[in-house]
Amino acid sequence: MNRKTKRTSGSKKTGNNKMTVRSEREHDLHLFKQMWRIRQFEEKAAELYGKMKIRGFLHLYIGEEAVATGVTEVLTGDDNMVATYREHGYALLRGIPSGSVMAEMYGKKEGCCLGRGGSMHLFDVNARLFGGNAIVGGGLPVAVGLALADKMQGNDRITCCIFGDGAVAEGEFHESMNLASLWELPVLFICENNLYAMGTAIRFTHAVTDLASRAVAYNVQSSFVDGMDVIAVEEAVRKAAGVVRKERVPYFLECRTYRFRAHSMFDSDRYRSKDEIEEWKKRDPVETFREFLLKNKHADKKDINKIEKEVSGEIEEAVSFAESGTWEPIEDLTKYVYSEKGVK
Amino acid sequence: MKERGKKIQYREAVRQAIIEAMEKDERVFLMGEDVGRYGGAYAVSLGLLEQFGQERIIDTPLCESSFVGAGIGAALGGMRPIVEVMTVNFSLLALDQIMNNAATYLHMSGGQYNVPLVIRMATGGGRQIAAQHSHSLEGMYAHIPGIKVVTPATLQDARGMLWTALEDPDPVLIFEYAGLYNTEGELSEDAGAVDIDKCKVMRSGKDITIIAYGGTLSKAFEAADLLSRDGIDCEVIDLRVLRPLDEDTFLSSVSKTHRALIVDEGWRSGSISAEISARIIEKAFYELDVPVERICSAEVPMPYSKHMEQAALPQVDDIVKSVRRIVNKDE
Repeated sequence: MNRKTKRTSGSKKTGNNKMTVRSEREHDLHLFKQMWRIRQFEEKAAELYGKMKIRGFLHLYIGEEAVATGVTEVLTGDDNMVATYREHGYALLRGIPSGSVMAEMYGKKEGCCLGRGGSMHLFDVNARLFGGNAIVGGGLPVAVGLALADKMQGNDRITCCIFGDGAVAEGEFHESMNLASLWELPVLFICENNLYAMGTAIRFTHAVTDLASRAVAYNVQSSFVDGMDVIAVEEAVRKAAGVVRKERVPYFLECRTYRFRAHSMFDSDRYRSKDEIEEWKKRDPVETFREFLLKNKHADKKDINKIEKEVSGEIEEAVSFAESGTWEPIEDLTKYVYSEKGVK
Repeated sequence: MKERGKKIQYREAVRQAIIEAMEKDERVFLMGEDVGRYGGAYAVSLGLLEQFGQERIIDTPLCESSFVGAGIGAALGGMRPIVEVMTVNFSLLALDQIMNNAATYLHMSGGQYNVPLVIRMATGGGRQIAAQHSHSLEGMYAHIPGIKVVTPATLQDARGMLWTALEDPDPVLIFEYAGLYNTEGELSEDAGAVDIDKCKVMRSGKDITIIAYGGTLSKAFEAADLLSRDGIDCEVIDLRVLRPLDEDTFLSSVSKTHRALIVDEGWRSGSISAEISARIIEKAFYELDVPVERICSAEVPMPYSKHMEQAALPQVDDIVKSVRRIVNKDE
């Protein structure tokens, strides 16, 4: 864990625009809690998948928690976010109630999308979350358009676009970087480079594996950061988002991370070695941060236990909320193919 | 009293519609390849850059997927974009954005995010520009729930469909038949918004219902004129809207004439004409005196040479011959 600058941590809290000034200790505990929330939510989702409560595709974020945590910490509730199919963590941290996310994965009506989107398609108007996009690269042009709308309307928000290393190979990445740069649009491009496009390692998919360097071709500022270190991610995102917010231009930040679990629940993980996974697990963003907190006396065991207890309670509640949810009536199947009359 | 019309080209009617929309609603903007400095590949937007400036008439790079996707994002962000895709063939590069994003967001988000986007594109053959610029793929788009598909074949619709499409909360695809841009006719000075949910009986008749749209409508009219000299009275329907289909109108027409011929520039297999034919058979089978027939484009990539291309496309003569045969079948 490497803290470059001493901070008395001020951070804009997701969900509103109020500045929540926290001490460094409080802030660190908050970061830990956010990562722990994702981790526990994901572990529970995997368990529920095994119990057939959740079906379809389920893409776990375990191992990558520092990225979503560092990113959302910096955004304001008014900023836009376009995410990928591995977006449970973003949905939680953008402020969608965990019960609503869990219910969505159960396919229940109480889910944030009435159970119509499922794990891969979490949308929420209040969180300004524009999906969960499950077409790799498909969200990038949409993010460009959202930023274009803000520019045209003189809004000061930024649009944060999440995608993986796989998307960097798609044409949409290149087209969108070009458009965002050409039109000077406030898009924060966050690449979660977890080294695998599904089951194919980056060395087999990219001629240039230093993804941050790609931005040069589009005259877009860029940098990379250790995506296993939440403090480093937060700092890097703060800098990147600062550029986007102030200069009203795009920025490309590559977060180098690793997914501990298989791509999805159908993946038997044949394409990488156990040793490699174990090696990365030594850098577990949640565990290393816990150790850091204890070592630096930012937290004692009691603090951690308290957080763990709170989070367990939250997850338990989320599950029971989902369990007690209802099914959308079949008569509503064709509702929302088109807007109801009067909607503009 | 109907106001006396003024001679106007189809492309001018579309241009007037864009101008009206830009003037009425400041959220409206036009973007696409060559829409600004070039004036539009079919000169539809000629002069608009000068009139509205480059903030609202936006030349895009050649990246259909991303500028259509950006249109989706801008629509979600509160704007009312008109995205011009040069031709339907190029729109296939943006099919992912249209089908996987624009058409799905409302349903997938449980009703939270509608996409008020209008996409215009040129379609159709007959201009000797071969197999990558000439196809009529609007029927393929009509397969997709979540979008609306309209095909203005008249000056009134070219002038009037755009505003209604922009008022619509959901994505609307407007297919402008490229062969019509140069055609001229009279348009009333006060022409304005028209509906985008009904097909229209353009010519009343009792012997047969000819259903056409886009580029085939004028051919249907021409055939109907020729046939009337033989005493065959054709009812001609302009389909206008390929999705959602207004079946009530064509079913009641068929129930009156008891014969139906569909003229479609798309390929026969899996076409919009196949859908219409199926609906007639499903819902008006016992009204039919003879089987439904279709005239479609030959199932080949469009050839370049004129005689081959003309042979591939539905022609007036094909319609005349078919109608004569159908009408005389049961006599």
